[in-house]
Amino acid sequence: MNSLALFLTVFVACAVEAVEALTIVLAAGVTREWRSTLQGMAAALAVLAVAVAVIGPALTLIPLTGLRLVVGALLAVFGLQWLRKAILRATGYKDLHDEGAIYARQVAAANAASREARRGVRDWYAFTLSFKGVLLEGLEVVFIAITFGGNQQNLGLAAAGAVAAVLVVAAVGVAVRAPLSRVPENTMKFAVGIMLTSFGVFWGAEGAGVSWPGNDAALLAVVPATALVALGYVALLRRTAAARRATTVPVERSAA
Amino acid sequence: MTRWLRSFGAFWYDFIIGDDWRGAAVVAAALAATALLVHVASVNAWWLLPIAVIAALGWSLRRATAGKP
Repeated sequence: MNSLALFLTVFVACAVEAVEALTIVLAAGVTREWRSTLQGMAAALAVLAVAVAVIGPALTLIPLTGLRLVVGALLAVFGLQWLRKAILRATGYKDLHDEGAIYARQVAAANAASREARRGVRDWYAFTLSFKGVLLEGLEVVFIAITFGGNQQNLGLAAAGAVAAVLVVAAVGVAVRAPLSRVPENTMKFAVGIMLTSFGVFWGAEGAGVSWPGNDAALLAVVPATALVALGYVALLRRTAAARRATTVPVERSAA
Repeated sequence: MTRWLRSFGAFWYDFIIGDDWRGAAVVAAALAATALLVHVASVNAWWLLPIAVIAALGWSLRRATAGKP
């Protein structure tokens, strides 16, 4: 995989997670208070930095074949989960991820919660809301950056992709001061699911000992093939749902 | 301590495996079968994992949508 593909994959994946973290931070900051919210965000970023500092160098000590087997398996499972959700969303079987609605829910919950100072933090609710949001979304960022970077033995570039995504999303968030509901998040998640699954399959099989036909060039077939299969499942599920509705509605009408 | 360990495990289970553990089981089984074919039977089974993943995704989607309009 060339450097540009590594950078772009990590960038898009991390941008999606950063958009979700931004929604939570904005809800906490706007509704409660910014100081405690930013303290929570800083604490979460510190925990994530420690995780990267510990796990990143440790990965370089593992033999590449073993690393590819374990990371490939994890990425394939993780990617399948993303792809499954994205296909269910694209076909209407699961609600679309709506940052505007999530923001409204977080704001309502933040407004209802009582204010309490604890451990030097003025508003404990704002602190923990921001901390949990950034930490949970950030863990996915760290996972993707470390697995991709470790496998390509280019952690620096993967980290640069992740940091660039977070900075771009934060800058846009500061500029518009609203959740980024116009970001085509569901489409991006669909694309990321395809990339995670494809690379997981490629590295996992390589780690198990196979030689891909064409070596790294096989990825040029694996990624489009995964995309085609995913789009095929979307088309199939849409057709099945339409057929079910067509047979259900006349029965309901005749019953009425 | 037990409760903390349980919630820690539950978090990582949900993080990696998510709603359907069958996908993870299929991936693990396919990787084990691939390694066996490569190292024991000397078959370059590069095709096995992609087929298993496509099947696992279809199975999982079928289970998730079964009976829903």
